[in-house]
Amino acid sequence: MSEIIKTEALRYVYQTAEGGQKVALDGVDLSIARGEFVAVLGHNGSGKSTLASHFNGIRLPTGGAVYVDSMDTRDPNRLYDIRKTCAMVFQNPDNQIVATVVEEDVAFALENLGIPPDEIRRRVDDALKAVGMYEFRRHAPHKLSGGQKQRVAIAGVIAMMPRCVIFDEPTAMLDPSGRKEVMRVIRDLNSRLGITVVLITHHMDEAVQAGRVIVMHAGKVLMQGTPREIFTQVDALREASLTVPQTIEVLFDLNNQIGSDLPIDALTVDECADILEGYLRPTAAN
Amino acid sequence: MLRDITIGQYFPGTSVVHRTDPRLKLVLVIAMIVTLFLASGPVSYALLALYILSVIKISGIQPKMVVRGLKPVVFIVAFTALLNLFYTPGTELWSFGILHITDQGIRVAILMVVRILLLIIGTSMLTYTTSPIELTDGLEMLLSPFKKVHLPVHELAMMMSIALRFIPTLIEETEKIIAAQKARGADFESGNLVQRARAMVPILVPLFISAFRRADELAIAMECRLYRGDVGRTRMKQMKFGAVDALTGTVSVIVFAAVIVLGRFGW
Repeated sequence: MSEIIKTEALRYVYQTAEGGQKVALDGVDLSIARGEFVAVLGHNGSGKSTLASHFNGIRLPTGGAVYVDSMDTRDPNRLYDIRKTCAMVFQNPDNQIVATVVEEDVAFALENLGIPPDEIRRRVDDALKAVGMYEFRRHAPHKLSGGQKQRVAIAGVIAMMPRCVIFDEPTAMLDPSGRKEVMRVIRDLNSRLGITVVLITHHMDEAVQAGRVIVMHAGKVLMQGTPREIFTQVDALREASLTVPQTIEVLFDLNNQIGSDLPIDALTVDECADILEGYLRPTAAN
Repeated sequence: MLRDITIGQYFPGTSVVHRTDPRLKLVLVIAMIVTLFLASGPVSYALLALYILSVIKISGIQPKMVVRGLKPVVFIVAFTALLNLFYTPGTELWSFGILHITDQGIRVAILMVVRILLLIIGTSMLTYTTSPIELTDGLEMLLSPFKKVHLPVHELAMMMSIALRFIPTLIEETEKIIAAQKARGADFESGNLVQRARAMVPILVPLFISAFRRADELAIAMECRLYRGDVGRTRMKQMKFGAVDALTGTVSVIVFAAVIVLGRFGW
């Protein structure tokens, strides 16, 4: 069985403060394969974070089911194994760091697992090296920058050696340089360590880096496919109150306004520049 | 102003004081407090002060930091000094109305100030040089016999460790809230005591709400990192009572014993 996360007609309804009911997820069927890098996109209230919290049993389905490595998240006896398989990194780094020294925080999960001290030491060092925070192992977390704190939080979950890591808007509270650091580490986890990555985000430029993009809208999966397939559907994305990457937006608007017929699937600035150059200087291209 | 609070803070380092077994440090601090109350004259206090100063020296903690940690208690120290100065019976040196200063008063006041300062410096050296996790681990191990009578030792230690972890975060947050409320025209500096206390409400309410939200998120994050209380936990850092610890312990016990003996003779 190659899929690590599978949802079947997943439905989640919660009580609002006013006593009403709100449907956050309305029949979601998804499957995420081992080793994949999936980005889940959606504007606020689309259900993307609620979906993420189902992937390691923080929330349990109102209807339908979620399977993590074939384990049903509703089975309380498997919850521990589910969380060992599928770790989670949250938005606010301050609220997920438990200890006052970087390396002790990274060791927290391993201590909970009851791993022998020598093995903990080795895995903590490896995890810190993997996120490039080894030199900071004796520092106090509150003195680090946001990006560094988030990398410590990532080290704290990869020390558990999970097969899948879910990132719930990990860069939402970071500055641009912190975002870049964290995205580099996330890509690295997927490509070098082979960890399945599910990235919840509303940044288009982050979703572009994934292998597959899932777009959530009003508790449903609106569309899914490769970044190229998704982002060229500019009208559909705009209807779901999502913007498209600026590189695509420029080309799309240009086509509309001057009636040109440029390909719009530019995912990087370089690709966009090449297309524009080809248009402006037809003879100079190639 | 909030940054002056150093109580409960940890300054990472690699000195002998930092590396001493936290259990030993905890026991020594308790012994030091007892000793401090058995000291009675200038000689015994001087010896204990010398001991604490050498601990600061060896730890490599900047004296500036130690002094800064004393700021919040200046008022208590001054108040105690004045009370002792005016209300200790003895040979009268000076009097004005109901105020009398005696020779004994001056002596007791000075010794009292020294006692309180040493008490605070001595105990803060424990938190300055011991990471909260080591501290709570040490405490947990020292108290572990009480688990037999169902005292939630591990839970208490974990709560304490998290409280210490969030002190700097919440201080930072308080400063942000103060700045935000000032920008909205809040006035914390003028008015009488009652008005100023009332002005604190717009700081405390958002701070509490945020602290609860943080607590909720932290609890979920801890569960996701497989925390389930004291069940089958191990520790990365094993506590080893080594030769250095034995030496530290012996030296400290000799100093404390000397102080107590000197104190018995009133020196």
